[in-house]
Amino acid sequence: MIDETVKEMPSSATVPGRFDAYGGRYVPETLMAALQELEVAYADAQRDPAFASELSTLLHHYAGRPTPLYFASRLTESLGGAKIYLKREDLLHTGAHKINNCLGQGLLARRMGKRRIIAETGAGQHGVATATVCALFGMECIVYMGQEDMRRQELNVYRMRLLGAEVRGVSAGSATLKDAINEAMRDWVVNVRTTHYLLGSVLGAHPYPTMVRNFHRVIGIEARQQMLEMEGRLPNAVLACVGGGSNAIGAFYEFIPDKNVRLIGVEAGGRGSALGDHAARFQGGSPGVLQGTYSYVLQDDAGQISNTHSVSAGLDYASVGPEHAALHDSGRAEYVSASDDAALQATVRLARTEGILPALESAHAVAEAVRIAPAMDRNDILLINVSGRGDKDMGILARELKLQGA
Amino acid sequence: MAIHFHNQPGLVVYLTIGDPDLATSKRIALAAIDAGADVLELGVPFSDPLADGPVIQRASERAVHNGTSMEDVLALASSLRKERPSVGLVIFSYLNPILRMGMESFAAAAEKAGVDAVLVTDLTVEESEEYRAALRKHRLQPIFLAAPTSPDDRLARIAEVSEGFIYAISRVGITGAQQQVAGDARELVTRLRRYTKLPIALGFGISNAAHVAVVAEYADAAVVGSAIVALIEQSSAQEAPTAVGKFIAALRTPVASKSAVS
Repeated sequence: MIDETVKEMPSSATVPGRFDAYGGRYVPETLMAALQELEVAYADAQRDPAFASELSTLLHHYAGRPTPLYFASRLTESLGGAKIYLKREDLLHTGAHKINNCLGQGLLARRMGKRRIIAETGAGQHGVATATVCALFGMECIVYMGQEDMRRQELNVYRMRLLGAEVRGVSAGSATLKDAINEAMRDWVVNVRTTHYLLGSVLGAHPYPTMVRNFHRVIGIEARQQMLEMEGRLPNAVLACVGGGSNAIGAFYEFIPDKNVRLIGVEAGGRGSALGDHAARFQGGSPGVLQGTYSYVLQDDAGQISNTHSVSAGLDYASVGPEHAALHDSGRAEYVSASDDAALQATVRLARTEGILPALESAHAVAEAVRIAPAMDRNDILLINVSGRGDKDMGILARELKLQGA
Repeated sequence: MAIHFHNQPGLVVYLTIGDPDLATSKRIALAAIDAGADVLELGVPFSDPLADGPVIQRASERAVHNGTSMEDVLALASSLRKERPSVGLVIFSYLNPILRMGMESFAAAAEKAGVDAVLVTDLTVEESEEYRAALRKHRLQPIFLAAPTSPDDRLARIAEVSEGFIYAISRVGITGAQQQVAGDARELVTRLRRYTKLPIALGFGISNAAHVAVVAEYADAAVVGSAIVALIEQSSAQEAPTAVGKFIAALRTPVASKSAVS
């Protein structure tokens, strides 16, 4: 008898799999045993002080936590309104918040005895972080990436290969993140007995949205504490970009009980409001099931999933984490969008006022701050989660901004 | 309506509806029934078929591109029901097209079309309460998948809520042809028998008469999908119905060797 069959079924109360109506577990039967095994292993790890201690040591000595909270005085001055603080996840090892989750799941895979790791990636930041952790733990690593994303994030493809990962291009559909997830899930269905799927956002079937959020909660825990130390008060709003929504939920979560703190998620407005031209799920989407979870989805009248567009590969996805769907419906968080152009302009502004080059994904959150800060009081505070750095985007920036000599 | 297998072994044939087009799908379906298919699984094309291998992915992409909708598939079911009253008709879909139509509207329309049963690839027993209630109200049978990785307590639950037949997945993997019927299959069917008296149909990777003969040793029916979808892909729309009919007729041909099990 195969070993998956002897695991006992966990109590559904171990970790919540639903966020109000959203979330759940919509997968082919073949994957159910693996999801239950993962749920049990994760619950077990959560009770083990040695797991927390090893993760915390790695986050500190290897990844570079805690990340600074930085008062962006020249950006603040240039906008003439609310004070702007930046949570510097861009300074983490590998260049984005993604490493928080990859270290956690890497340790978990090791506990489960799974030495083959698969992952999907959009912008390549999660792929790079996964490849890094696999190198660190001596694990086999296969990353699925849409061919369109491989083209626009070429540097990250080289980085993953340099780190020893195999990058498999996916040409189906729009050849972006959604298609990479389909292919990673097919690989997992085939190799489920030996393989851990290191999913990179708060997406997919339970327990992923809860587990990945918990690995990123450290962002908000640190930021809240740092804010109190630096200003003696909480910010008026926390802003973060939302693709799948992992950096945003990590930044928001600790502030959810602070009812006076607005939580603002910024989606990709792309190049227009027509279906296919953006990735603003809360503006053009409706509830549906994609890739294991029930959430807002961009889809047509027949329930076919729409193609999406964003200048940033990491936000270019047709669905959104189910916990964001619940926060949206309850009104606790607000979701707005920033266009490709606004994100590009925000990138330039942050680079030239502060010498900080944000990832195009994170630049969407900066763009919303640029939009709302001027009308706010000078004593108000905006906290932006700068989820990643923009080095990977040089090619796109050079083309889009028509930089001379680039 | 209820599913019946008139032959031993039973033959379940999967088709991606709308590939290459709706009219051809209908001619292929009739040819399949006339060649001996007991049950047809009418595949509703979906943009993101994550449980399917490359053959059904491509068929699905072509059918979605043609604009094939759930309504089209149900209309086809209705006309097949009129022309071949005794065939088993199963709607085979991913969940989202059903959710989009609305669980209740879907079940009502499927009943009206004369559909017998429904199988949703990415809906497991745990998430199926509302769905099963809608099917029950409209006298449709829910069919669930059982996998080699499903522990016994899951198999018991799957057996408890399934009607018509249980679709046992022959191996850990996605849809698509393979050389041999996996060794996982016999063990799964044996475990499943402890919990059910329903017919067990075995699918995934079954593509020739030798496979069907092996399946007949321990299961009640064989499901053939990707092999037929591939044949349709390779044939012109004109020739596809005849080619599929011949292929299906040959699946019950006695074979000398039964050594194809791995």
